Formats: sequence, C-alpha cells, structure tokens
Amino acid sequence: MRASRHAAPTSLPIGSDADLAWVRQQVRQTAAELGFGLVQQTKLVTAASELARNTLVHGGGGHVEITPLDTGPSPGLRLTFVDAGPGIRDLDQAMTDGYTSGGGLGLGLSGAKRLVHEFDVDSRPGEGTTVTVTAWATVVPPARPGSR
Amino acid sequence: MHVSVSDENAEREPAAQQVSAFLERRREQIAQRWADAMLFRTVFTVSRDEAVEAGRSVAAALAAVAATGRLDDIRAPGFAAVRDQLGRMAAARVRRGIGADGLADEVAALREPVTDQLRGEFPDPYAPEAQECVLALTVLMGTLRLVVLDTTVSAGEELIARQREQLHEVATPVIKLWESTVAVPLIGTLDSARSQVVMENLLDAIVAERARYAILDITGVPTVDTLVAQHLMKTVAAARLMGAECIVSGIRPAIAQTIVHLGIDLGTVLTRASLADALAYALSRQGVEIAPVRMADAGAR
Repeated sequence: MRASRHAAPTSLPIGSDADLAWVRQQVRQTAAELGFGLVQQTKLVTAASELARNTLVHGGGGHVEITPLDTGPSPGLRLTFVDAGPGIRDLDQAMTDGYTSGGGLGLGLSGAKRLVHEFDVDSRPGEGTTVTVTAWATVVPPARPGSR
Repeated sequence: MHVSVSDENAEREPAAQQVSAFLERRREQIAQRWADAMLFRTVFTVSRDEAVEAGRSVAAALAAVAATGRLDDIRAPGFAAVRDQLGRMAAARVRRGIGADGLADEVAALREPVTDQLRGEFPDPYAPEAQECVLALTVLMGTLRLVVLDTTVSAGEELIARQREQLHEVATPVIKLWESTVAVPLIGTLDSARSQVVMENLLDAIVAERARYAILDITGVPTVDTLVAQHLMKTVAAARLMGAECIVSGIRPAIAQTIVHLGIDLGTVLTRASLADALAYALSRQGVEIAPVRMADAGAR
C-alpha cells in the first residue's frame, strides 16, 4: 500500500461525502507531487470534486483511479471515475451548461470538461458510467504525431 | 507432571519445524479446505481459484513463520508477505458489517481444518509427538488471528486520522468586525450540512448584531466547485432577505480562474479579493473612514 505512487494507479472508493474529501486531498497531493502549479492543481481538484460527486449522487457510488503519467514530455495525471449506476441517457443534454437532473447548477460535467485537457465519457444505460479526464502539468499539449 | 520453561522451549523447536514442513507439504490440501471456509468463501465470491490462491499464500506465510520458530510473534517477518492480503480480506468482511468479533470467529474457524489434517499425518494422533505438533500449530493459528485483527485495528486508526482531519473543517464562528458588520471565516470543505450550519449561524448573527453587512470569507476553502458556489449563493440570498448586504471575500487567483472555467455566474454576488477589502467596502458604505493618525498626534502619545 505504501508503494511508490508514481506510475502505479491508486484506486479510491467513492461511497460517501467523506470519501469526496479524501479524493480531493489525494488528487491535490498527487498533482502537487507531479509538479502541477497552484492553478492547475486547483482546476484538477475542482474537476475531480465535480466528477466524484456525480459518481456518488448519480451513479450511486463507485471508485476513482488516480494514475500519474510521468513518461511523456510533461507530467500528467489521469483520473478515471467508474460507477455502475443507471448511466447517462442523453449525453449531449447532460453536457449542456445549465442542464441539471438533480437540482444543482448544471455545470458539473460541462464545467469539469473545461477544467481539464482531455475529457471522455463512456456511459451505457443500465450499466454505468466511466468518465476519464487527463490534465498536464504544463499547458503545452503533448506533441501530435506528424507535427514538425 | 511439571515441565520447566526451558524444557518446554527445547521441545517446541522441533515441533515448530515439523509444523513448517507439514504446512509446506500439504499447502495445496490446506488451501483447498480453507477455500470453503466462511472467510475465504465470502471474500472471493467471483472465483474459487482466487480463494485457493489466497489460501496457498497464507499457508506459505505460516510455514515461513513456523520455520523461524517464532510461533507467537505477530511481528514475525513471515507474516509481512500476507499482511496486505489479510488486511484487504478483513476490510472486505468489515464492509459487509462483520464486527471484529465475527472476524475473529471466522479466522478461528480456519484452525480446525489444518489441525485435523495434521493429526491425520501421524499414525497415532494421540502420541506425545503429535500432540506437541498440534499444540504448536494451534499457537500459530492463534497468532494468525491476532495478525488479522491487528490489520483491522490499523485500518481503523487510518480512518480515525482521516476523520480527525475532517473535523478540523467544522468550526464556523461568526465574528463581529464593526458596528453592524459581521464576518464568517469559512475554513475547509463546505458541504451541504456545514453550509446549513453556516447559514443559520450567520442569519442569527445578523439579527443579534443588527448587521447591515455580512462578509463570507472563503480564504480557507480549498476547493470551490459548483456545489460550494451554490451554497454560497443561497447563503448570500438568505442574508439579503434579512436585509443585510453580503460580500464574498478571500477569492484567490486560482479559485477565480477555476470559477470562470466552471462557468459559474457570480455576477449577482458582491465579491472582494481580501477580507480587508470587504471590510473597507462595508465601512465606506456606512460613512466610516479609516485614516492614519496624524504624525503630531501620534508623537504626543
């Protein structure tokens, strides 16, 4: 359990409000260790908070995998939120600013997407939802194949 | 029938070695029988092979401990290999609502299959040598039980440490800064329950202090997500209904950028970068001016 956090993904349960606080703390700590700046840290932690709450409230709980990416040109952090809940019926609608199914502000998913560099939702009705986000410590995106 | 301590130890050494050899030799059979025991059966529900595999590693660890002769030492290095695995198994059982006592019973239930197996190895299971070995194995299984309970205690300590951290986030005093000006320094996570407490405290203070200005300072709030923002806006709206003007202060640069990216519209909320700015605003609105004392007066004191 106390093995090096780098390169090895950490899995945390999301089953209560206390778990949300724990997820935020772990994401912040891991991001800081990878050399994320304060703004990047805050953005990623906020996105993690939104997505973890979605996992808890809409997905009925699940877990998050925190994977440090330190092999590329810039260190990054990938967060994978997994639940086995009802799934998102209309993804386009769910991604729309202001649309809410739970009395919130309706900015959770769309806002989280704007806070990270890569964002992917895989949702199957009745089976669950997996949201994967990736943020890089430096704003320069990884070189695309073929450029330069 | 008196056995001195030194005699007992002298005789137990070979018994421990025999038990170790037995555990190595019969590892597969023991693992198969354990796989049907409650502890393994209920943790490894997906595949019996996993339960058998887990049983093998526990048996191997016990053999390693017995080989060193430290039968009753829960810090014996042999246990280190399976400590994590046992901890995960114990945690899985505890999550299902099994208390420490139930867990202890389940670990204790692992003893009988092995001791039976060991007795079967001897032509005469009641011969002194056989009794000696069964006793040694019983001691070893008792130690295993302690190791399992020890892992759950450590997990409990971790939980307590986590909760203590969260407890620090709880206190929310309302401070009177000036005539009819109150402030709440928010520290830590602002969840639904806490924001309810904050709102009630603030509204009470607005009445008690006849406050016209209420400052919500979020310097100590590490994360402002949509839920926190929503709670803030509700508190501001409630304070406004009570006739107080609300100012949200302590918005750090990183938080400001995050709020913008999230797309939260705080246009209806009066905000200031620091608590000092917010207080200066509240004072100026009341016609109070804070100015440095003239040098001549200061010198006279």
